[in-house]
Amino acid sequence: MAVVATERPASRPLEGLEAGSRRYREKIIVGSLFLCAALSIVLTVGIVLALLIPSLEFFGEISPVEFFTGTEWAPLFKNSKFGVLPLLGGTLVVTLIAAAICLPLGLLAAIYLSEYAARRTRSFVKPTLEILAGIPTVVYGFFALTFITPLLRDNWLFGTPPGVFNALSAGLVMGIMILPTVASISEDAMYAVPQSLRAGAAALGATKYEISTRVVVPAGLSGIIAAFVLGISRAVGETMIVLIAAGGMPNLTFNPVEAMQTMTAFIGAAGLGDQATGSIGYKTIFAVGISLFVMTLIMNIISIRLVRKYREVYD
Amino acid sequence: MSTLTTQKDASTTPPISLTSRRGWWHRTRDGAFRGAVTGSVLVGLAVLVALIVQSLVEGWPKLDWSLITSFPSSFPEKAGIQSAIFGTFWMVGIVLVVAIPIGVGAAVYMEQFADTEAWFNRFIDVIIQNLAAVPSIVYGILGLAFLARGFLNLGPVVLTAGLTLSFLVLPVVIIASREALRAVPSSILDGALALGATRWQGVSRQVLPAAIPGIATGSILAVSRAIGEAAPLLLLGALQFITFNPTGLNSSFTALPIQIFNWVSRPNVEFHVAAAAAIIVLLCITLLMNAVAIWLRNRFQQTW
Repeated sequence: MAVVATERPASRPLEGLEAGSRRYREKIIVGSLFLCAALSIVLTVGIVLALLIPSLEFFGEISPVEFFTGTEWAPLFKNSKFGVLPLLGGTLVVTLIAAAICLPLGLLAAIYLSEYAARRTRSFVKPTLEILAGIPTVVYGFFALTFITPLLRDNWLFGTPPGVFNALSAGLVMGIMILPTVASISEDAMYAVPQSLRAGAAALGATKYEISTRVVVPAGLSGIIAAFVLGISRAVGETMIVLIAAGGMPNLTFNPVEAMQTMTAFIGAAGLGDQATGSIGYKTIFAVGISLFVMTLIMNIISIRLVRKYREVYD
Repeated sequence: MSTLTTQKDASTTPPISLTSRRGWWHRTRDGAFRGAVTGSVLVGLAVLVALIVQSLVEGWPKLDWSLITSFPSSFPEKAGIQSAIFGTFWMVGIVLVVAIPIGVGAAVYMEQFADTEAWFNRFIDVIIQNLAAVPSIVYGILGLAFLARGFLNLGPVVLTAGLTLSFLVLPVVIIASREALRAVPSSILDGALALGATRWQGVSRQVLPAAIPGIATGSILAVSRAIGEAAPLLLLGALQFITFNPTGLNSSFTALPIQIFNWVSRPNVEFHVAAAAAIIVLLCITLLMNAVAIWLRNRFQQTW
């Protein structure tokens, strides 16, 4: 706050009282603006506390060893089991499928937008792709369940076709949903690569493919990795698509055509069940939630750092 | 680039077989890569089209006024989304009142008053970026622990959901508003200061008005996100059979995406038709808002 006072130039010579009241009013305004910014800290602390306190109570009743190594997840049943591995496995499978779609396609789309598209095409294609990011996730879930799943079931070529609920269709659709995020951040990174590097490579006889893959992509790599990490973090945290299309059965398998439950889908499903406050069912929401939060937090911090790195290099 | 390669080919007379084969290989590889990058964009666009067409085809039979004027029902042919639409409107209202002013205020502070080098403000900067990437369902947990139950114990009501969604979109508003404010050149503020305005006068009367289009774009996208968000509401008890419109902040409620989820997750496939019809309504609202935001951005984008 002191900075503000020193930065402000000497004000007009006003009558003492008026100048004083104005300075006072201004301090109040800047103070309230600061409070707005500080609310983000309150929110962060709130999220951490909201997750931590019930989780600690949960781990007081259920040993963390059982939680993190158990292979059966049935917390809401009478004969309850608290092994989170089936949920982690489900999250991993769906995330891998989504990543297999959104990372390559997102990177290629970014290269297209940054290196290949004519200005006019770009001005049309980029906002249209961004629409994909603005579509509500519940709509993607519906699309996965009623379009992609039947498509896969009718045209399946290898062995048992996917079930009505399966991880594959949820992961594929999720990949498309995240594509614009990956494309947009990667493209920002490529855009920051100085034109002189491209010109230099072209002068040495490089083709457009070589410029894209050996100059622009390596030069923008930290930003591209940031986009990848953020994309994966989005996949880990996505709820509605898996809740609708992947089914609600915890299932420790790596077979993507089977139904499985992810961490987010469990939280959503448990929330629907209206658990009594303080019950073990209520606390599992927070225990799974904090695991999810820590996973995405680590990825987000890596991503934020990488973005900052490439900004520092070229700005 | 194409001119470059042709020049290279033309200059080598007579063409040495090795280089010409290399040229062929280069051209093929370049063509294949061009196909791959274009194809990846086309895949995205194709899915967008398929998604919209699928919703239209499935939902068309049920898309009429009675859908919008009716309340949810256990008979799919009678089911409607009036209470869901009103619930969504109430939440949008709360987001407009809570998230937009606080978000813009925070952005103004960060861009115009804060010392960007101070560790505290760098810390807030990282915090905001991270909040923007926290999974939406975690915000639901926050709302569940502190708003619906726990400290405030408001229960599953409009206010709980509206505040939770406000928290969810707050980082979006802050980040977009900061970018809009950053795009206003500092000479505008300097001019105001040179004329004797205080810093707040300069910011509020010169910088902020110049940044309004960018802030509006970000705010519309934030509201559109709030309208489409379902995951956090699942935890706040939104999924109920609500056959009345909310009457106040303390009303129970449902919302458009929650109603859709309810219908999609029913085994009775006739409800999928209702879900698709509601999806068309939801898509109309969110896509319209996105279009307005993009139009605003292009129309009022100023280069200083």
